[in-house]
Amino acid sequence: MSKISLRGLRHSYLDNPANDADWALKSMDLDWRDGGAYALLGPSGCGKTTLLNIISGLVVPSEGQVLFGDQDVTKMPTDQRNIAQVFQFPVVYDTMTVYDNLAFPLRNRGFAEDDIDVRVRETAQTLDLEKTLFNRASGLTADSKQKISLGRGLIRPDVNAILFDEPLTVIDPHLKWVLRSKLKEIHRQVGSTMIYVTHDQTEALTFADKVVVIHDGTVVQIGTPIELFEKPKHTFVGHFIGSPGMNLLPCELNNGVPLFAGQVVETENGIHSPQECQNLEIGVRPEFVSLSESGIPVKVVNVSDTGPHRIVDTRHGDVRIKLLITEDESIPADNVHITFDPAHTQIYADGWLVSEASK
Amino acid sequence: MSRKTTNQKAWLFVLPVVVLVAFNALIPLMTVVNYSVQETFGNNVFFFEGVKWFEEVLHSERFHASLLRQLTFTSIILIIEIPLGVAIALTMPRKGPWVSVCLVLMALPLLIPWNVVGAMWNIFALPDIGLLGKTLNSMGFDYDYTQQPLSAWFTVILMDVWHWTSLVVLLAYAGVSSIPEAYYQAAKIDGASSWAIIRYIELPKMKRVLTIAILLRFMDSFMIYTEPFVLTGGGPGNTTTFLSIDLVKIALGQFDLGPAAAMSLIYFMIILLLCWLFYTLMMKDEEK
Repeated sequence: MSKISLRGLRHSYLDNPANDADWALKSMDLDWRDGGAYALLGPSGCGKTTLLNIISGLVVPSEGQVLFGDQDVTKMPTDQRNIAQVFQFPVVYDTMTVYDNLAFPLRNRGFAEDDIDVRVRETAQTLDLEKTLFNRASGLTADSKQKISLGRGLIRPDVNAILFDEPLTVIDPHLKWVLRSKLKEIHRQVGSTMIYVTHDQTEALTFADKVVVIHDGTVVQIGTPIELFEKPKHTFVGHFIGSPGMNLLPCELNNGVPLFAGQVVETENGIHSPQECQNLEIGVRPEFVSLSESGIPVKVVNVSDTGPHRIVDTRHGDVRIKLLITEDESIPADNVHITFDPAHTQIYADGWLVSEASK
Repeated sequence: MSRKTTNQKAWLFVLPVVVLVAFNALIPLMTVVNYSVQETFGNNVFFFEGVKWFEEVLHSERFHASLLRQLTFTSIILIIEIPLGVAIALTMPRKGPWVSVCLVLMALPLLIPWNVVGAMWNIFALPDIGLLGKTLNSMGFDYDYTQQPLSAWFTVILMDVWHWTSLVVLLAYAGVSSIPEAYYQAAKIDGASSWAIIRYIELPKMKRVLTIAILLRFMDSFMIYTEPFVLTGGGPGNTTTFLSIDLVKIALGQFDLGPAAAMSLIYFMIILLLCWLFYTLMMKDEEK
């Protein structure tokens, strides 16, 4: 087992990519720590699956290198890489039994039948497949088939990493929760690197120690779930993670101080070189906006109840600002004002957190 | 308390189909059944004979011989065409500009009328002027399909393989190209060999289309008439006289309507029985 590094990775599915939009992955340098539990989070079509397939060797990148430890494996075929991968939709070998399906990756690699038997039974137990172990795989439900796919990924003892490509899409919600906790548990036991692709933030945040957020072929932020929540490096992370997402308010500069609605807004980060900053926005999560006596005047448009919180939808001119209040907090009938928590208010230029703007 | 509405007028909607089926299948078939139990002496004089013709056909050595020839022919072409068709389908490109080129090339033999195929091969295999016959002879083989039974069989089988393997290829190719990419990716991850991919992914996924291919090739080859008739006329001697050729000889050559009708019905039953057998065997696992 070793660290997986990506160096200057770029990929396009076209032979001659002409412009930026032709690249499925745009210049990527990443290190995956050995034994880490990572989530790759991003909307559909952002390049997550491409990245995964490059790591497993199903896709050879147009540019750049993939390193396992110090070894360059960029052009090494999949079966020599010791990578397990589980796909979005169940892949089972129809003519085999569940047992043979699980044993298949081990038999292909020449393991002894005794070892195979032990591992198959262990894996079947973990995934609760024991009862159907000797049934034909073709007659099973989608749930069980996906468990077989997962099993074939988890059964190999020697893998560098296990890659999951939205593995729980076809699984029913209650089982989804169970399996996700199982995976987490397996990760603690086995300790191999796991990379979990998803577009579901709850899934990403519950599974991973580190979340890699991808947007439009670029890594926008790598961080712990808390970092992503409290200090999004890009407005995309701000509104993609969190429910509801981060408020983004267009603002102007006055003597190096951001102004919104004619009022100075205190932010956690400052602006060092105002001339470089374009399209300034103030980002603040609904959790850090509160109702107050004075501050920015707004009009309440809608209040929706989500259980522990109520989401208040307000407008200042054309700008929407959402905030969260508790059940028993009351909303004044008119003259509503709001304030932002300065420690959790950031300023963004061209989408990037300002101290990072030079990136 | 049944809430079913009874409306006998609905039969009217089925009527056109019933009439159509009656005219193109049931009535001709009943005519055959009618002939099969009667003796005719011309002038439309008929005598009822019961199952006499059936007994005669079933005990006739001539029928046994052509049935044996038929079974041999069909088995040989199935054994050649099915694996060959699958093998060609597996080696055909799955994407790119060559796909359509291959498909068109494959479809060509299927577009040629059957008697033309027979005529083509008749000339192609002539030992003195045909390209195939002449080449074989100049290579030192003693080849003459008009005189030697073995050469005749070789030519008939080669012609059928040339004409019909494409059908198996096209069906198998359709089966193979409907396999999602994820299966191949998973197989790579699992370290499967190329033989394992064929054995555990491609063949199982092709099973349904292959069943259809086998059934179609079985039925068509069992009823083959035009091509060998044009090529060899059933000869030399009777060596390539298959069931349908024999049937036509009896019915139209000798005008023995009774035995011919009985033979048609037996022939029909054999095809039906074997098709049912194939289908049941191949689909046995599906029902689980």
